[in-house]
Amino acid sequence: MKEQISIRNAVPSDLDAIIALDEVGPKEEKPAYWRGIFDHYAKGGKKDRLFLVAETGGEVVGFISGEVRAWEFGSPPCGWVFAMGVSPMRREMGIGQRMFEEICKRLKQAGVTTVRTMVDRDNKVTLSFFRSQGLRTGRYIELEKEIY
Amino acid sequence: MKLNKGSLFALFAVLELASDSARQLSTTDIAEKYGISTHHLAKVMRNLVHAGLVQAVRGVGGGYRFAGNVSRTTLLDVIALFETLESELDVPNHWSHAGDPIVAELRSITKEIDNLTKAVLDTITLETALKSTRRSTEAAAGAAGDKP
Repeated sequence: MKEQISIRNAVPSDLDAIIALDEVGPKEEKPAYWRGIFDHYAKGGKKDRLFLVAETGGEVVGFISGEVRAWEFGSPPCGWVFAMGVSPMRREMGIGQRMFEEICKRLKQAGVTTVRTMVDRDNKVTLSFFRSQGLRTGRYIELEKEIY
Repeated sequence: MKLNKGSLFALFAVLELASDSARQLSTTDIAEKYGISTHHLAKVMRNLVHAGLVQAVRGVGGGYRFAGNVSRTTLLDVIALFETLESELDVPNHWSHAGDPIVAELRSITKEIDNLTKAVLDTITLETALKSTRRSTEAAAGAAGDKP
């Protein structure tokens, strides 16, 4: 039988599960980061700051976070998805797609018509996922250099 | 970027066959649809069979059918069977300034472009390309239907 997946707003008791699901970067730096993110995006009930989780059978199996940002880099208001994760045991079940569709719906309700993200070019799984959702290379190009 | 004929014909064939993995098509069917050389396509198909992306079906009504993983195989996986996508600076071999700083800078720039090209092609799966194709076709059909 197919498991029921529900997408809902993140609550404080989800934080440990989100930290456990987060695979990007050094683990030891992340709890403080996620607490800050949670305070900024999950509290306050602002419709342009979003932090959602996917839950099945009482277990958090995915998260996605994003917000509306306006005029950064000269860009008109636009939705940004800046963090996302799905339990490795629950991949290819459509959980990422459900979360992405829900955050897009809410970003649209917040008044934007474009969604963006940024992904490490070596992170093929996440890049392939976003491409499968119809995202293409956008009009802004990320540039960087090492500063010594 | 200019794909060589082998890569392009392979993409035509693989995407055409992957769009309906139960369907068998002959080299002539595919070549006629895309207006390409049957002879050249036949050579390409042998490479695709060898790579396990398509399967030759013998007998009456035989042809080829898709045998790969549509959600895992990327456009770059197909192209890489035929070319490396490395830009070449047409610097004469006998030229004594091949190590010139300007040549090195131009090589560095072409490498940056190559890396971006590969990052795009390596994250578009056959499934994503076909999904996007279907969306475009449906949108075009919808737009045509809307016309008075």
